[in-house]
Amino acid sequence: MSDAEDMPKSPDPATGHSGRRRWADRPFFAALIGLAGLYLLMIVAMLAADLWYAVESVSFSELGDLFRDDNIAYSVKLTVFSCTVTAILSVIVAVPAGYLLSRHRFPGKTLVDAVLDIPIVLPPLVVGLSLLILFNKMPPWGPSFEVMAEKAMRAVFPGMRSPGVTYNVPAVILAQFSVACAFAVRTMRNTFDQISPRTEQVALTLGCTRARAFLSVVVPEAWRGVSTAGTLAWTRAMGEFGPILVFAGSTRGRTEVMSSTVFLEFSVGALERAVVVSLTMVTIAVVVLVAVRVWDRGETVYPRH
Amino acid sequence: MIRVENLSVRAGSFRLEDVSFEIPTGEYGVLMGRTGCGKTTVLEAICGLKQVTGGRIVLAGHDVTHLTAGERGIGFVPQDGTLFSTMTVRQHLAFGPKVRRWKRGRIAERVEELARDLGIEHLLDRKPFGLSGGERQRVSLGRALSVKPEILCLDEPLSALDEDTHDDMISLIRRVVKEAGITALHITHSRREAATVGDRLFFMENGVVGEQALSREEESPLE
Repeated sequence: MSDAEDMPKSPDPATGHSGRRRWADRPFFAALIGLAGLYLLMIVAMLAADLWYAVESVSFSELGDLFRDDNIAYSVKLTVFSCTVTAILSVIVAVPAGYLLSRHRFPGKTLVDAVLDIPIVLPPLVVGLSLLILFNKMPPWGPSFEVMAEKAMRAVFPGMRSPGVTYNVPAVILAQFSVACAFAVRTMRNTFDQISPRTEQVALTLGCTRARAFLSVVVPEAWRGVSTAGTLAWTRAMGEFGPILVFAGSTRGRTEVMSSTVFLEFSVGALERAVVVSLTMVTIAVVVLVAVRVWDRGETVYPRH
Repeated sequence: MIRVENLSVRAGSFRLEDVSFEIPTGEYGVLMGRTGCGKTTVLEAICGLKQVTGGRIVLAGHDVTHLTAGERGIGFVPQDGTLFSTMTVRQHLAFGPKVRRWKRGRIAERVEELARDLGIEHLLDRKPFGLSGGERQRVSLGRALSVKPEILCLDEPLSALDEDTHDDMISLIRRVVKEAGITALHITHSRREAATVGDRLFFMENGVVGEQALSREEESPLE
């Protein structure tokens, strides 16, 4: 075959590509779209199936009863509360952690980086079990952390009904936080990686201390990342189930969050109630995501440079 | 004046040993050299952004080797005019004076003055998003000059500009620097830029900085 035959035909003036080349690329893009589309379809189909089943099997009055149920109302409230606390705590930890990882070199950094990923890769039940052992069996000498926490809570809030961490609300939050925070740290690290260190260096030459350069220049630049990290932590926390089940239990009216509700209802055969609560969780997650996106867009959006 | 004496810097595996050169007060020095030869490291050391392992840096008569970046009285214009994306142009110009606790009236005066000098009055309430390359560099330059530094360090400030803007910026930078009596150090890759903007040309090679004659006639039409 001569070289001339391999040469592309004269380029299409509109696209700059030869017609033959464009046709040759079709199967490639068809395969990409096909595979990605299949997954997309699966997600949409899953949600559509939930919705169809809920509409089929739950009447309007039953729906009202479900949310008037004290246990479920409590579970929704606890979910919103614990997820919000978790998201705030995660951001408070993730901003400095992400900044240190992004900007500084220190001995053992690779190890620290790997350790921070452990909650992401650890099986959820193991996270819960580890928390349970940490609080109730450690330290090996003297009273356990659980006993100390209980004492401390009793001292601060003398009237508290059931102080302590394990099988209580603090355990719900800790279980959520231990996993959600790892995601927030990743997000903040990526955010700071994308912000040029030059901006804070300029601030330093203008007379800022490190702290002031960080607070008045870096944090505002990182704001979108902060809100993404917070949202991610919030939604992760809502989906958390395994660690909560082991460390906090799923006592009705005490440590039951929406993911435990789904499990409890499902385990007694109330599939339709489980589905309705599931759909409520999906709705809340979508509302949170959209709200943050919209709120972010209110702030002017800039490309990174 | 900018005087670097036997400067040694270490940054990771990169090392710079025994670098010396001097730019007399009020003169415009240009530093050239291959990519990766350490020009930017020298500039960062002068600005106080890199830890120095040996030698001295003297700026305007003061030994600043162990001072923080903010105490050195330098203005820094980084590559691509890295701006604060959340601040308006006005806030950029007022940032330094505010950090240095100038009185409010004096800050406003300074902002007006800078905006006039640099021709960015119409941009004062805009944010960096959507500014052209030349406009960004003007803001960056204004921010660096805002606290009236005696020294100005520019790291390839014009590399991202098209040719016309480039020439405008060169004459603008040279004018404001000369008017304020500032000693400047400017890093560039372009000989043409060095010849038009600089008073003195330094060339960095194999970790050694040497001064070269700067003859504007040398500028060949090919460049």
